[in-house]
Amino acid sequence: MAELTYRDAVAAAIAQEMERDESVVFIGEDVGAAGGVFKATVGLLEKFGPTRVLDTPISEQAILGVAMGAAMTGMRPIAEIMFSDFFAVSWDLVANEIAKTRYMTNGQVTLPLVIRSGNGGGSRFGAQHSQSVENWAMAIPGLKVVAPSTPRDVMGLFAAAVRDPDPVLFFEHKSLYSLKGEVEDGEILDELGKAATRREGKDVTIVALAAMVPRALAAAEQLASEGVEATVIDLRSLVPLDVSAVAASIASTGHLVTVEENPRLCGWGAELSSIIAEENLFDLDGPIVRVTTPHVPLPAADTLEDAAMPSASRIVEGVRRSLA
Amino acid sequence: MAITDRAEAPVAASTLQVLAPDGAVVPGARYPFELSDADHVGMLTAMTVTRRLDGEFVNLQRQGQLALYPSCLGQEAAQVGITSATRDNDWLFPQYRELGAFVVRGVDPAGIGHMWRGMAHGGTGLIEKCCAPITIPIGTHAPHAVGYALGAKFDGVDTVAVTFIGDGATSEGDVHEALNMAAVFQVPCIFVVQNNHWAISVPLSAQTRVTDIASKAAGYGMAGVRCDGNDVLACRVVMRDALLRAREGRGPTLIEAVTYRMGAHTTADDPTRYRSEGELELWRRRDPIDRYRSHLVAAGIWTAQHEERATETGERAAKRLRDEVFDAPMPDPLSVFDHVLSRRSGELERQRRQLARETGRDAT
Ligand SMILES: Cc1ncc(C[n+]2csc(CCOP(=O)(O)OP(=O)(O)O)c2C)c(N)n1
Ligand SMILES: [Mg+2]
Repeated sequence: MAELTYRDAVAAAIAQEMERDESVVFIGEDVGAAGGVFKATVGLLEKFGPTRVLDTPISEQAILGVAMGAAMTGMRPIAEIMFSDFFAVSWDLVANEIAKTRYMTNGQVTLPLVIRSGNGGGSRFGAQHSQSVENWAMAIPGLKVVAPSTPRDVMGLFAAAVRDPDPVLFFEHKSLYSLKGEVEDGEILDELGKAATRREGKDVTIVALAAMVPRALAAAEQLASEGVEATVIDLRSLVPLDVSAVAASIASTGHLVTVEENPRLCGWGAELSSIIAEENLFDLDGPIVRVTTPHVPLPAADTLEDAAMPSASRIVEGVRRSLA
Repeated sequence: MAITDRAEAPVAASTLQVLAPDGAVVPGARYPFELSDADHVGMLTAMTVTRRLDGEFVNLQRQGQLALYPSCLGQEAAQVGITSATRDNDWLFPQYRELGAFVVRGVDPAGIGHMWRGMAHGGTGLIEKCCAPITIPIGTHAPHAVGYALGAKFDGVDTVAVTFIGDGATSEGDVHEALNMAAVFQVPCIFVVQNNHWAISVPLSAQTRVTDIASKAAGYGMAGVRCDGNDVLACRVVMRDALLRAREGRGPTLIEAVTYRMGAHTTADDPTRYRSEGELELWRRRDPIDRYRSHLVAAGIWTAQHEERATETGERAAKRLRDEVFDAPMPDPLSVFDHVLSRRSGELERQRRQLARETGRDAT
């Protein structure tokens, strides 16, 4: 066991996969000499050298296009998009090319690549550097979408993403980079599409992702002091989506609250809610409540950003509405 | 260890220069004789004020008053030389490091400070000075300038669009597409590349294989010129030419101003990780303010009194920034719903009331 930060876990996870498989290469802006603008890739250039760790010009389209081309030759590239907001300047590669290649070649060409990116708010970076874009990715058929909430999960899910035969968008949460957590020694390999139950409670099921998981746990703590016992499920990936874990939980609690950082319209919670409403309606004893960032660009000011993003107290309020 | 050869190289002969680093006029230089003494005093004052104000921004960030700040230290000549050649109704499309351009335009530092503090979603006081909002998504603003120039051409308005981009930004697809389209449409648009040799940790040599960014202009069929970006008069001369070309309908220009980012990329960056003190020292000796001051003092244009006045103006600007920013109150949280759309949709209004309820506020 070792205590690692989420940021150190990223570097360790990349190193684990690059050591294991020499077809794994890593490409991105400021990832090598600078160790990443979030310092999540420190030491990789020194360890693996400039032929496997490539600092690129500021060209997101080329980064993703090159990763795609390299994947076609059988390599397993890891590409970094520094801020997930910048997927917007390279979205053709993601949405039209990478996501559709297997399909449009009848399965003959596969792209086992991982695109990792700093996602999410809470760092006071303003509207163009704080977005939670996991629901953009979820909307494109042909991609897997992963978003860990703990250092340990960074390791396990990242290894799974690299070894996965499909393209995976791996969303690291910027405000979690300094989070510390226990990580077991040796290789860690998880399975994509398995949610984790972070807390068991009989009264309500709170489903969260990435930075919303610790907030959901804080809310559960507060609810416990009021006599409400919450289950907290960490989805860990949106594609595949572990619907059965959520369905099984609400079968016993009868209440579902989703906690989403993405702006409200078409967030992942809307998809999950619709599935549960369609397939498990009679397990519900109250309305499904979605606690989200409202449908606004994120502001830079700390007080405004804190008000906009779901907080523990807003989650508590959401749970009360579901139970009322 | 990062490759720093090009930043350490002497300024190439193909680079237009008017003043040598010691302030002497370069033999055979194209001296801008049309400038009056008052013009010269205005430019050096603007450079002095920019440096003082820039330092204050950095201080305020260190004191926790600003979220972030990208210093323009060392790039004052490029920004002031270029902008002072424009007319007040020529539109500027900045990247994010162009404080010097804003100072020339007389933008209130308070509005810029409010943006870096996060109090406003963007800088206020810019639009009325014909400055577009700053753009941090790299290179995405270059096409905006082309569009603005196209609109001006359409309307027959005598306005030139000027966009500032970094050496790093030239690697973005948006910038290539903007350059090409500007040339195809022959619009009055000027692309000013401030080649400060670094893009965060990436040196110019890892950004492009050409050593001369201005030479890329040929590939688009437009004029390209390279000037010493630490020589304010060289910047002024090349910009004067480019503006004339644009106003006469002879198309866009790509200007490369060769300069150096003396500070960190932003206050969140530590450049000692990737570049050498030697390189910094070399550029310290090419300081744009010292160079221009030496020239103007020798020419009898800049006196101790001018220096004193410029310092005072800088102090006043810095004080105004500090007074307006320090511990300034943040807006009401429900203001996050303002300006999302021209009018709040029913759905947004519902969310606003919901957030007010959840956070115990009054939504009226
Ligand atoms: C589309 C996009 N990609 C990456 C970044 C991250 N980034 C911010 S500033 C910067 C460097 C820009 O360098 P340059 O254009 O030379 O301007 P300078 O900072 O030197 O003024 C990078 C890569 C970004 N903001 N936007
Ligand atoms: Mg630069």
